[in-house]
Amino acid sequence: MKTEHLHPNADEVVRLDDVKRYYQVGDETVHALDGVSFSIRKGSYWAIMGPSGSGKSTMLNILGCLDRPSEGAYWLNGVNVAEMEDNQLSDHRLRNLGFIFQSFHLIPELTVRENIEVPMLYLGLSHGERARKARDLADRVGMSHRLRHLPSELSGGQRQRVAVARALANDPAVLLADEPTGNLDSATSVQIMALFQELYEQGKTVIVVTHESDIAQYAKVNLILKDGRIASMRGEGLG
Amino acid sequence: MTRLFIMWPFIQLGLTDVWRHKTRSLLTMLGVVFGVASVIAMLAVGEGASLQARESIKRLGSQNILLSSEKPPADEGGNANAQQGRLTIYGLLYDDETRIRETIPGIELTVPARMVKRNTRFGERQRELRIVETIPEWFDVVQRPILAGRVLKENDLRTHANVCVLTAQGARELLAAKEIIGQRIRIGAGMFEVVGIVKNDGGGSVRTPDSEADVYIPMTTGKKMFGDTSSRVSSGGMEGERVELGQIIVRMTAVEVVEAGSTAIEAMLKRFHKKQDYKIDVPLTLLREAERTKRTFNIVLGAIAGISLLVGGIGIMNIMLASVTERTKEIGIRRAIGARRSRIVIQFLINTCVLSIGGGLVGLMVGVLIPFIITWTTEMPTVVQPYSLALAFGISAGVGILFGLYPAMRAASLDPIEALRHE
Repeated sequence: MKTEHLHPNADEVVRLDDVKRYYQVGDETVHALDGVSFSIRKGSYWAIMGPSGSGKSTMLNILGCLDRPSEGAYWLNGVNVAEMEDNQLSDHRLRNLGFIFQSFHLIPELTVRENIEVPMLYLGLSHGERARKARDLADRVGMSHRLRHLPSELSGGQRQRVAVARALANDPAVLLADEPTGNLDSATSVQIMALFQELYEQGKTVIVVTHESDIAQYAKVNLILKDGRIASMRGEGLG
Repeated sequence: MTRLFIMWPFIQLGLTDVWRHKTRSLLTMLGVVFGVASVIAMLAVGEGASLQARESIKRLGSQNILLSSEKPPADEGGNANAQQGRLTIYGLLYDDETRIRETIPGIELTVPARMVKRNTRFGERQRELRIVETIPEWFDVVQRPILAGRVLKENDLRTHANVCVLTAQGARELLAAKEIIGQRIRIGAGMFEVVGIVKNDGGGSVRTPDSEADVYIPMTTGKKMFGDTSSRVSSGGMEGERVELGQIIVRMTAVEVVEAGSTAIEAMLKRFHKKQDYKIDVPLTLLREAERTKRTFNIVLGAIAGISLLVGGIGIMNIMLASVTERTKEIGIRRAIGARRSRIVIQFLINTCVLSIGGGLVGLMVGVLIPFIITWTTEMPTVVQPYSLALAFGISAGVGILFGLYPAMRAASLDPIEALRHE
């Protein structure tokens, strides 16, 4: 396959090549991303920062395979997302991405266990497998005592832990967190960031999109966006 | 099998969704419940009515042609037919029967009958019953099963015997619970021995040659005893009628020649009768008409039922569209996690199908119950047809899929980014 052939380094789980994303607003073309290139090694911990209007959200949507670049190429786990159609994009999200949102986005009618099982359901795992994995994952984030509870019966920190467990459900290549502590108090924030640290140490690739610099400090690489371009990129392990 | 296995959690999801909004689901289902119930109930009532009509027509025999005398409309300024004083003369003649039997091809036999109302009495009990003066073949042609004793015989005719056959209803009215065969009853001025009882049944919507409580006597006896003229006292004095034959039943040799036969008979009667004082009924034609009527009825019924199911379907669609809006965020979450569009479509479609099939099942039960209650309370016959159950249920499931598809597609076509942002 052409895309795989072009892929330069199997060690790179994420690679952006001159990614542009523009929107047509009336007669004007807005360049949300204006030529961004970088690559993320497997097992690294990144923070993407920037003020509002910097293209941060657009970057999140593209990294999360919810949106496609207007120009350029985005390889996630060796496949060029820019060339995918909707179904492939969905499958790619299911297998390679674990989303963690600012407001948790658990399904309110489902119990903790059922929420964690949702991605496995779409992958077609059997009932027994799902139950076993959900227990393991809940255990991993310290929520195994709340499996039968509804999200509304949990605190914010607990909900985010469940969300992390759900994100890990299909063992994705990348964990993508969008302001994961935005709705949490500082003490709980520290706990959640400690959980991320733990996952990073276990070899997970973690990307946190945030505007809070103290959250970004946990990451090993900080990328700052401004006006749709990379303003700075600092940290360990950069090529 | 594996596909179904994978589908099961989604079906469960649909069921929980429905259960979570019990009141709303119930109200939504009502539309389908009434739709399905009305289809089944209406078809059952319609089938019951038409079955009754067709049965009574069939009893007349599809090989038969029925000629009956009919009083012509009183014409203004004198009359063409003979009228002496207040004596009205009309109807089929003995000659008509002979002419028909002898000249029209394809006739197997003809059965003449005279009908008169006579006072009939047994001991203290007294009723005015219809007396049918006829020949033995009558019982064969109208297919009356014998309940007791025997029917009229050729010998009764020859000997002008004073014997009579009653219908079960007539026997009940006249003789109550007593031993019936061998009793002597008075008809008009004569005494008759009851020799047999035949089954009777109600005429229904079609005019049958017999009524519920009849007394059958040999034609020859009747003619000797009562003559052709019947008279009764009315407000204007004595009023008389002279009718030779009340009825002639013509049985053709085969169903194929019935229509040709009836045309020929009509042409002949027209030539010999100046007035339209007779009526020709062809059961075969009536049967075809009844079947045509039934078809029309079914089409009208189908349309009404279709409309009610349509309304039910629109109700479902309405609720599902509201549900899609309500659950926009959930759709966004599921899509972001990696659900394909088709999964979202299936989730919502299952939801609607649970509603419509659930409604269909309840409607099925109600639809079977209604005809039962109708028959129980009004004694109107109803026939719940198995095909109507399948039809109504199939349509309700179809409605669910059809009207669920649009909301489901709309849910699936939501942009996940927009859906996630939805509050």
